[in-house]
Amino acid sequence: MCDMKFVTSETAWCPGCGNFNILEALRMALERLNKKPHEVLIVGGIGQAAKTPQYINANGFCGLHGRALPAAVAAKIANKDLTVIVNTGDGDSYGEGGNHFIHNVRRNVDITHFVHDNQIYGLTKGQASPTTGVGHVTSVQTAGTINEPLNPVLLAIALGAGFVARAFSGDKEHLASIMVEAIQYKGYALVDIFQPCVTFNRINTFQWYNSRVYKLDDSYDPTDRIKAMEKAMEWGDRIPIGVIYREEKPAYCDKIGFLKEGPPLVDMQVDMDKIKGYMKDFI
Amino acid sequence: MDYNILIGGAAGQGVETLSSVFEKMLKRNGYKIFSIRDYMSRIRGGHNFAQIRFADRDLCSHTEDLDGIIALNNETIDYHIDRLKPDGFLVCDLSVRYEDDRIIKLPLMNTARNIGNIRVSGSVALGAVMGLLGLSLDDAGEIYNQFFRPDIADINTTAVLEGSKFVQTRYDLHALEEEENILINGNQAVALGALAAGCKFYSAYPMTPSTSIMDYLASKMNDAEIVVEQAEDEIAAINMAIGASYAGVRAMTGTSGGGFSLMVEGLGLAGMLEVPLVIAEVQRPGPVTGFPTRTEQGDLKFIISASQGEFPRMVIALRTPEDAFYQTVRAFNIADKYQIPVILVSDQFLADSVTTVKPFDFDEVRHDRYISREVDERPYKRYKITPSGISPRVIPGKIPGVTVMVDSDEHDEYGYITESAEVRTNMVDKRMRKIELLKQELQEPWFVGEEDCEVLMLAWGSTWGPVAEAVSILNTEGDKKYGALVFGDVWPLPTGLLLNKCKKAKRIVNVEQNATGQLASLVAETTGILCDFSVLKYDGRPMSPRYITEKVRGMK
Ligand SMILES: Cc1ncc(C[n+]2csc(CCOP(=O)(O)OP(=O)(O)O)c2C)c(N)n1
Ligand SMILES: [Mg+2]
Repeated sequence: MCDMKFVTSETAWCPGCGNFNILEALRMALERLNKKPHEVLIVGGIGQAAKTPQYINANGFCGLHGRALPAAVAAKIANKDLTVIVNTGDGDSYGEGGNHFIHNVRRNVDITHFVHDNQIYGLTKGQASPTTGVGHVTSVQTAGTINEPLNPVLLAIALGAGFVARAFSGDKEHLASIMVEAIQYKGYALVDIFQPCVTFNRINTFQWYNSRVYKLDDSYDPTDRIKAMEKAMEWGDRIPIGVIYREEKPAYCDKIGFLKEGPPLVDMQVDMDKIKGYMKDFI
Repeated sequence: MDYNILIGGAAGQGVETLSSVFEKMLKRNGYKIFSIRDYMSRIRGGHNFAQIRFADRDLCSHTEDLDGIIALNNETIDYHIDRLKPDGFLVCDLSVRYEDDRIIKLPLMNTARNIGNIRVSGSVALGAVMGLLGLSLDDAGEIYNQFFRPDIADINTTAVLEGSKFVQTRYDLHALEEEENILINGNQAVALGALAAGCKFYSAYPMTPSTSIMDYLASKMNDAEIVVEQAEDEIAAINMAIGASYAGVRAMTGTSGGGFSLMVEGLGLAGMLEVPLVIAEVQRPGPVTGFPTRTEQGDLKFIISASQGEFPRMVIALRTPEDAFYQTVRAFNIADKYQIPVILVSDQFLADSVTTVKPFDFDEVRHDRYISREVDERPYKRYKITPSGISPRVIPGKIPGVTVMVDSDEHDEYGYITESAEVRTNMVDKRMRKIELLKQELQEPWFVGEEDCEVLMLAWGSTWGPVAEAVSILNTEGDKKYGALVFGDVWPLPTGLLLNKCKKAKRIVNVEQNATGQLASLVAETTGILCDFSVLKYDGRPMSPRYITEKVRGMK
């Protein structure tokens, strides 16, 4: 595609889906940051959320189910000038891709990870995801989900992520402002976004989230890790949204001298004389 | 002249370093080398050995009979003395109780202790062997300094000189004019090839026998400005390489069969996204963990057909370290030209065998990237339907106003998801057309032997050396004319020379390091040609020329 604006296009989402606001907030955030479409790469895995790259005018990479993060971090390492954003589902991020989630927090490549967390597998018609609540009845979990849900925000903080936030697609303005902050953060930034699934999740509805979420205000200090973990564990009648934890730390590309100092890897020349000289290792 | 020396000991006794030092000493004395490594999947104990064959001419294989043994433990004697020639020698410590005329017992341990470190006893033994051979130790100090910090290098140098004083020269070999050669194994050659090709990103998960590719690249990370990332698993490794390649750098991953099994969905992703990718698959005996440190050619049919669905790929089997270098460079060029995954197939035998080869010719190395710096049509069609099937490739972020969309779902020319039957058919046809073009630049297999041979052997990859030597031995016997075709390009399979040679041959024999004859079955599937006899080996140990000649002579 080619254009200078992040126009969004027709989608395969259900009317009323929480994904629409996420898409719209993403467009707003990118425009506020004055990014141009060719400077941005949106990466998804597979799922309904993972179709986001298809619906926004930017570079797009829809890879394999669960494998958005490895492709995204490597694209960023290859071209540090790209703004790399992952938009994908809870199943994709925490289930099939759970191992990559853990290790890319550790890697701390400067990318942003927006998880459209509808607490369900949408595309495959409503099975439990890692964040589905206990007791939730689905076509597979017919007696209700018995496994404890994963708390991605708590897990990310525990793993050492430097930017961890929660947001709600029902509050587009707030979401867009968190997205702006997350994209600007130098390092791996996770935003777990509550995204009502109007078709397959009749429990965690727009109403359900709306009556529970509250915004963290200036009185909350997101730099205290222990307090942040406590905040991350708040779940039930009141669920905090906003930046839960924030810490500045060196990102992957800043820890490797030639990536930090030099041009993007993709623009680096190959010094053939130098490589020819490596034959000396073998005499 | 042609000598074969075995150095054996327990894991942790330094067999590997001692062997490398010995090889370098031989090389400095002008000799050509072919040596193999046989090690166990453990860190201490057990039995490891290297077999170092050297001659005054190029060597392409190991052999079985031994002229000498350095035994750092008793097992080395138990396991290998049967292969020692009647006039051979075995150097071991005084404390060994074994009795045999060929055994030379020396105070290895005591000498080492006097020098100040019992760990240098192997160097004392090596000195004795160099003394027996009558070869110069002039470069010993310099060579040890390549492996150890200065103080350790010094005591090893002392040890090797002390050792040489214990013996009288028996073989009276002279230093030959040293040719300009390098001493390299298959994995190092792949790694050097990747660097020469301008690979800028290598992601992998450790797995024997592929890991030394990553090791060598990692040792050059800062100097060559290549990112070497140890992934959390092989699925990440391949998806990272694909992400980096999409973003425009040359990217590669490497593994063995188990890791490749995990990579399979990613392989299909590279095929569907049409992202160039190079994968090194260094085989070991499977299934599953199998024989972790040993050799086999059991993955051919898996590699050529891995992944659901159909898409073009290329598979190149590596035959020698030299071949490994040049084919790795070629793999990157082909991957870029056709926007396909290219899989380099090696195995433990080739990966760890050390050979003297001519320095690689860097003037031969070209970087053909096939990247467009401008688009002739906006919006840009990443998957434009073209007669060749190859669509002009643009790097994301490089052309203002142009974005690059790729999707693992079936997609239209712009990269957008489609459900259209017509688009699907056109896209499959477009992708598959690329393979027709690729077929025009396949390389025919290497032929060795008598041009009009009656017995034609078919082999692939690393067995090249043993097969070539077997053919030459059989041809000197003069009863029949023998020849062999050894494939490098295996998928798509080049059939020109194969059809031609098979027409004249009376017997066709496949020689493979596996149990089911996978090349034979690929040849049958592609050409209808059936092999009359199979020489197979699947005990995890490389096949020697003698193994092949005996089987072929015994053929009914
Ligand atoms: C390897 C693999 N396994 C399973 C699937 C089937 N699959 C596609 S999407 C999906 C789950 C999607 O859930 P989520 O990531 O939460 O996305 P959502 O549709 O809810 O946005 C599954 C199981 C697949 N495409 N690939
Ligand atoms: Mg979901």
